[in-house]
Amino acid sequence: MSTTIQPGVANGEIAQRIPAAPLPPLIELQDLSVRFGKREILHSLTTSLRGRSIALLGPNGAGKSTLINTLLGFYKSSAGSARVFGYDVGSEIKKIRAVVGYMPENDAFISKMSAVSFVQMMGELSGLPADMALERAHEALFYVGLAEARYRQLGTYSLGMKQLAKLAQAIVHGPKVLILDEPSNGLDPSARQRMIRMIRDIRDGGEMRIVLCSHLLRDVEDTCDEVLILKQGRIAHYNKRFLELETYGANADFTEAIEKLGCECAVTANRMKMILADGIETRDIFRLAAERQVRIRRMNFRRDTLEDIFLKAMES
Amino acid sequence: MAVYRRNYKPYAGVLTAPWSRCFVLFRYSRRRLFRSKFLTGLFVVCFFYPFACLLIIYLAHSASFLQELGVPGQLISIDNKFFFNLMSVQGVFAFLLTAFAGPGLISPDLANGALPLYFCRPFSRVEYVLGKASVLAILLSQITWVPGLILFIIQAGLAGPGWAWSHLWIAGSLLISSLIWIAFLSLLAMALSAWVKWRIVAGALLLGVMFFGAGFAQAINAVLRTQSGHFFNVGYLMVTVWNAIFRVDAMHDIPVAEAWMALLFYCAICLGLLMRKVRAYEVIR
Repeated sequence: MSTTIQPGVANGEIAQRIPAAPLPPLIELQDLSVRFGKREILHSLTTSLRGRSIALLGPNGAGKSTLINTLLGFYKSSAGSARVFGYDVGSEIKKIRAVVGYMPENDAFISKMSAVSFVQMMGELSGLPADMALERAHEALFYVGLAEARYRQLGTYSLGMKQLAKLAQAIVHGPKVLILDEPSNGLDPSARQRMIRMIRDIRDGGEMRIVLCSHLLRDVEDTCDEVLILKQGRIAHYNKRFLELETYGANADFTEAIEKLGCECAVTANRMKMILADGIETRDIFRLAAERQVRIRRMNFRRDTLEDIFLKAMES
Repeated sequence: MAVYRRNYKPYAGVLTAPWSRCFVLFRYSRRRLFRSKFLTGLFVVCFFYPFACLLIIYLAHSASFLQELGVPGQLISIDNKFFFNLMSVQGVFAFLLTAFAGPGLISPDLANGALPLYFCRPFSRVEYVLGKASVLAILLSQITWVPGLILFIIQAGLAGPGWAWSHLWIAGSLLISSLIWIAFLSLLAMALSAWVKWRIVAGALLLGVMFFGAGFAQAINAVLRTQSGHFFNVGYLMVTVWNAIFRVDAMHDIPVAEAWMALLFYCAICLGLLMRKVRAYEVIR
């Protein structure tokens, strides 16, 4: 069910679209280590990520891509375990791959193929029947904005178009998780904007959960509600969800009730900024608002302090 | 839903059987191969010799026509040597087809970094290799054991059940010798294609393995005054094995068992190369 939040929507309408249960953990890591020869790339990572849109943030060489490749079963872990959607990476990798759409960082295409054939083939490899894969290939290419160019050979595409084609192949089979490795790499500002808008659309559609791997704070800020910051293969910071509410009729009682949930909260005029505590979902905030007749006019997953947090994590 | 509507919907339909997905690669790769007019032409040429053999079989059973031509009936003999020659000629064509079609199977995927896209799906490396190998296997089967067995059946039909029963082992020989050659060529072509990542170079290497290998073998034999050089001559090794399978009397410088071992060794090397190179990402330690 969709959890799209739109400005100016009344509490009752929003409440009807709130998910009945909190999101299940997407990624669970337990002392996960990855070693290439003598080099240890990931050091005993332990965390549980359950956001709608999760960012793996960190400078180049922090281990973001290695973590993604380990979750996809491309690399073997040297110690510990990892789970995606509850499936163990070591023993149930085919189940994981069946629910994942992956957009790699580097060029990945077949140059002598048209985009529609390429996306269709990827759909068929994911298990779609040929006719359905063709239909969905067209849909996916329309969706990412390559409709006019879908019969052109991929080798003739610009970098931005290749990125979009990679996104199309990642969503053609309707995955539950979309893993995006540096999706805005090498894009000019307008192409980057398009890509970010697309990721936001997918996130807000609520059909897929997103894992975005990036070293660009802006990309993460614009698209993610949960951040795992990596530095030299270690977790430097795990940033919970930040929420900004624009309310009408909020009072001290409402603020106090939110703080009782364990959320840190700051109020300025009719705006409230808060850090959601573990186990607290947006539906809990809506419930409190409904009980106290507080109207929520706007809700944003904001990360105003992300840059500060990132710099602090890098210094530590 | 109309395709121009820019919205996303999840897929909730039926899925194909996992075992059938490696044939997806076969279909797409084969379609790509036959876009080449040269390959299509070469494929057609591959059937000329079997067609000539068909005529010979027909002539062998047309005594009156042979008498009119003044050709003694005993001159045309349909036996193990006849099918061995068929296999030898078709084996050369199989090699030419492989040299043209094989290098383009894996190298484009590696050169363009497409392997992570295959392996992030419920699709294993073994299925990938099998899917790609099936392109060559089916293509080469169509010009080796399939026409060979058809000719055998026609000959059996014309010669009668007595001949068919006493020569049934030839059908097995055709099948086994073809499958060995196909397996070897497929592995070699795919391994070279994966190793150099460049189609033209992989094709050149494949030709080099056959022709320079033969030359190198001769040079070693001449310089060192030994017969061990033949182990570098893949064609020689294969003919040695075929001679044994078709029970053709011929002198060989190396024992059949050693030729078998050498071929298996080369196949193992090719498999090792493939398994090392066909990965989503190469780990640099």
